[in-house]
This record gives sequence, C-alpha cells and structure tokens, in this order.
Amino acid sequence: MSLTNEQIQNKLVEKFGEAVTNFTEPYGMLTFEAPKELNLKVLQFLFDDETLKFRFLTDLQAVHYPNDKGRELAVVYHLHNLVDNVRIRFKVFTDINKPDVYTATQLYATANWMERETYDFFGVNFVGHPNLKRILNVDEMDYFPLRKEFPLEDQTRIDKDDEMFGRGGSVN
Amino acid sequence: MITQQHTASDFPGEIHETPGGGIVLSKLDDVINWARSNSLWPLTFATSCCGIEMMSTAGAKYDFSRFGFEVARATPRQADVIIIAGTIVNKMAPVLKRLYDQMADPKYVIAMGACAISGGPFFYNTYSVVKGADHVIPVDVYVAGCPPRPEALLHALITLQQKIKMGLTREQIREGKESV
Repeated sequence: MSLTNEQIQNKLVEKFGEAVTNFTEPYGMLTFEAPKELNLKVLQFLFDDETLKFRFLTDLQAVHYPNDKGRELAVVYHLHNLVDNVRIRFKVFTDINKPDVYTATQLYATANWMERETYDFFGVNFVGHPNLKRILNVDEMDYFPLRKEFPLEDQTRIDKDDEMFGRGGSVN
Repeated sequence: MITQQHTASDFPGEIHETPGGGIVLSKLDDVINWARSNSLWPLTFATSCCGIEMMSTAGAKYDFSRFGFEVARATPRQADVIIIAGTIVNKMAPVLKRLYDQMADPKYVIAMGACAISGGPFFYNTYSVVKGADHVIPVDVYVAGCPPRPEALLHALITLQQKIKMGLTREQIREGKESV
C-alpha cells in the first residue's frame, strides 16, 4: 500500500507536534513548514523513518518575500520517496538580516551544489557547508541578484511593442 | 569528356601566355590571403542557442565545409576563427579572452547573433551579461539575428573571406581605403 499525504502528515505531527505547521496540498503535493532550527531534525526523520524513506533531495532553493518581516527568506526543500514515488515540499523561513540555516550536506551530498547556488543568488548562509562560495556568478559580486531589492523593468516603456513578443499588444 | 572550369576571379593573379603553355603572375601577399581565406578552421565554441544554428550550418544541409570552414577544432591552438555563438556573461568573459589569446595569429572573430553583438535581449536589467563581445575581444564580422539563420552565418563567413582577401587592416577599412 502506497504512502498517502495523510499518513506523512500524521507521522510528522506525531513526532514534532506543534512545531510542524501550515500543511497544505497545492496540486496534490504535501507542503509544510518548520522552524529553521529544526530543519535537520525534520529532514533526518524523513530520511530515516522506515515508512517515509524520503532519501532523494530533488531540489533546494530559496524564495524572497520582502513584505514578510522577520521571515523574508524561505528555504524550500523538495524531497522524493523513490520507493512509493511520493514527493513532498518542506519550507523553513529565516530573517534576512540573519540568514543562517543549517546545511543539509551531511544528509544529502547533492545539497552541496544547490546550497552554493542558493547562497549565490539569495545570500542564505548555510551553517556548516564545507565550501560555501559563489558558484554561478563572478566571485567579485557583492550582492545577491535574485533578492527582490532591485527595480523591475519600467512598465511604461514604449520602445518595446508587446506584440513582437507574442503577448498582446495592439492586436488583442 | 568533362572539362574543368576555371574562374579567373577565384585565384588572384593573371595568366601570362608563353609558347607551349603559360605562367601565372601574382603577388605573394594576395596568394597568402587567398590561401588563408579559403581554409579557416572555426573553434568549437558556443554558449547558447546560436550554437545550435552554428551546428546546423556545419551539418550536411548547409555545410560550411564547402567554403573552407573545413573542420571545427576543439582547441584554440588549431583554430583560425572563433564564432561567438551566444551570450557572454561576466564569468565567461575572461574565458573568452583566454581562448582568443591562445589562438595563433592570424585569427579572426565573428560575433554571431544579438547577444554577442550587444547583449541583445539581455541589454536591459541584467546583472550578469556582457553587453557585446567586442568589450572583451575585437570583432571582424557581426551577424544580426536571434539566432541568425544558417544562411546569415554563411554570409558572414563569406564576408570574412572577402575581408581577408582584401588584405586591409581594420584601421584601413575604417578609413574607407579602397582595395589596393
């Protein structure tokens, strides 16, 4: 019998109680949140538990919510149970002024690359990472380009005709 | 019987008729330029979608070997021309410069597509794209397009051959000097 979202949620609540919150199922994928101090404990539990077996880290990245004071940066883990073919999404939030999150490299070797990328673009400081330096951008860069601190393109520009880009324009 | 056709404009020089045959008179510079222009080996270098068009140009349908771009070389030390096929980002710029420096003289550069010319679609609002490969290395021929069609790249390659056959330096061309 395959693993259901309900079983996973019950397991997590049984183990961590009130600490795991915000269970939702966007498009059928179980998504939940935990305090950032607990991220390794939750990941380890998901990895070790004999029924859960989330032993593959599909993806790891960050999201910037500039209006969410005190929890501006979300670090999102996408986990995959390869036995039952079930995926879940796990988020921790952190203050942008102290973006320290424990590294998952001890648990998943693949986290090494992805945490470096997340640090490169969002400035999340993964505590304990063996080699936390920029990976895709130039080493001299002194800002984190994917944070929402930079102005968007001027929406009143008239030198670009949307019609030429296949999204509306004068024809619509 | 098939008679081989020679076109006089292909090879620089003229035939001086003598009894029992003839001799070709030419200038050594012209012969060298002719030889160079007809055997330009491109470097295998592509950073984005223009590279796909470049591969198509190298493939059987368009086949730039017909014009002397015989073999794409995987090392800059054996290449004569570098076709910058794609976006150059800040992190790639020193690599591009190094590849160019490693190529043996004479060497030529073609900027293929909008990104290599000016940054193209990434000209505005970018944190990582070099706005034109000519900020890094000198460019001989620019090809417009996003990406350019193989015919456009062939045209650029033939334009480069004409430029080499002309035998003028970049400065002489800029001053508008006529072919000698």
